[in-house]
Amino acid sequence: MVFDIKKIRADFPILKRKVNGYNFVYLDNAATSQKPIQVIDSISDYYKNYNSNIHRGVHSVSQEATDAYEGARIKIQNHFNVKKSHEIILTSGTTHSINLVANGFLEILDQKDEIIISGLEHHSNIVPWQMMAARNGVKIKIIPIDENGDLNLNIYDSLLNSKTKLVFVNHVSNALGTVNPIKEIINKAHNVGAAVLVDGAQASAHFKPDLQELDVDFYTTSAHKLCGPTGIGMLYGKEKWLQKMPPYQGGGEMISEVTFEKTTYAELPHKFEAGTPNISGAIAFGVAIDYLNELGLENIHKYESSLLDYATEKLKSITNLKIYGESENKTSVISFNIEGIHAYDIGTLLDKFGVAVRTGQHCAQPIMDHFGISGTVRASLAFYNTKEEIDILFSSLKRAISMLS
Amino acid sequence: MKINEIQAEIVDEFSLFEDWMEKYEYMIELGKSIQLIDTKNKIDANLIKGCQSKLWLFAELKNGRIFYSADSEAIITKGIAAILLRVFSNQTPSDILNSEFKYIDEIGLKEHLSPTRANGLVSMIKQMKYYAIAYSNK
Repeated sequence: MVFDIKKIRADFPILKRKVNGYNFVYLDNAATSQKPIQVIDSISDYYKNYNSNIHRGVHSVSQEATDAYEGARIKIQNHFNVKKSHEIILTSGTTHSINLVANGFLEILDQKDEIIISGLEHHSNIVPWQMMAARNGVKIKIIPIDENGDLNLNIYDSLLNSKTKLVFVNHVSNALGTVNPIKEIINKAHNVGAAVLVDGAQASAHFKPDLQELDVDFYTTSAHKLCGPTGIGMLYGKEKWLQKMPPYQGGGEMISEVTFEKTTYAELPHKFEAGTPNISGAIAFGVAIDYLNELGLENIHKYESSLLDYATEKLKSITNLKIYGESENKTSVISFNIEGIHAYDIGTLLDKFGVAVRTGQHCAQPIMDHFGISGTVRASLAFYNTKEEIDILFSSLKRAISMLS
Repeated sequence: MKINEIQAEIVDEFSLFEDWMEKYEYMIELGKSIQLIDTKNKIDANLIKGCQSKLWLFAELKNGRIFYSADSEAIITKGIAAILLRVFSNQTPSDILNSEFKYIDEIGLKEHLSPTRANGLVSMIKQMKYYAIAYSNK
């Protein structure tokens, strides 16, 4: 298939705007992706034409809304190749999903148990476990990373033992873009009987994991990373785990019978979906998945890889520019610094040229500590970016450096 | 010179620039000429909380007037800090407390001083005023 970049860009209204008088060059896609018109329209279509509360109405419009909401769950199920649709819990996003699992394991684990977290984790993937450990006394162990930004799997092997109950790892690091060998990590964890939760927030805009093939116990992502809206995401959990875990929040929808003595919880997935959910968000999430599948995740990945190669080569030609995280296996993220210049100064001037990048620690202070730096400039590319935009990044960066030197 | 007069003077200087690049180049120059904080005061206790680049601020009272010094890892932050120092340094605590830092909009630096921007500069003004409160009873 021909990747028609011009046609694709026309789907994203925001890409037409100007910032500080310059064409908007959006290279902060790892923070959040932009949204195609199809996704944006699906939200207003819902509110204009069939807004109703779901699962409880006897009227037609409520049924339409329920069908669309549950239809989105099926789209997510198919996209990630999940066996049963009730293994997909719709959450507000990755952070919510991780807290849901941490809360579930709060009661399942105790001080004799251990969990392992990768050293590439985002804050949101560390804090819930620390909070859990503070309450049930579980011991937390960390898999360190090497200078390329890869996880040290030899050390991982030595951390695993019969006390290990859970392993948490992101599929792709948000700060460096490293793709972790999750298949290997999952298999090794399963060998000692531990469950694995994979944070797929940074991965799912770039490739399509087959969750049955991976045999992962939990997998989560946020819709806004893959062209969907904010405030909606999904948690996949193997049925046996979701049955075992207690509900996270109490409220409507998650109960089947309530008396003052006892409440019987609803079946999956509703047990974990208390209250009126983000209906329009879920529907739009489904539309975003359709959009990506229409382009083809493989085509997206191929295009982004060539863009990454182009950008890496171009940036490397700049004197004193150092790239952090040069794993062989990474997504389209370039984290870098210019010697003697603070990332914040670069980011501020790039913004004046209309180029949006992220600067700072990327919520991943442990990784920054590992490299002994206080932060980086991070340019993260998406399938709607172009070589021309990389050229603008390059020339703006050169001008910023000359202003700052 | 009074605080408002200094602010007006800075606005005048910035009005000479034709585009943002000249403005930023000037700010970067200002950053290089900042009244640098003494090494012995460049300690964590004098850090202004802000997530992007470290910014240190110190103040001392001499003959009833406050003299500030500062430093930052980022040169643009340092440039803006230099502007703040020029406005508030060598003033009495009560003048500092009764002043408003309102001209900054006119020189197009508002974006750096928005409370939602994570660069600690709003906190810097706040901290300068705290020093003024602390010294007003001395």
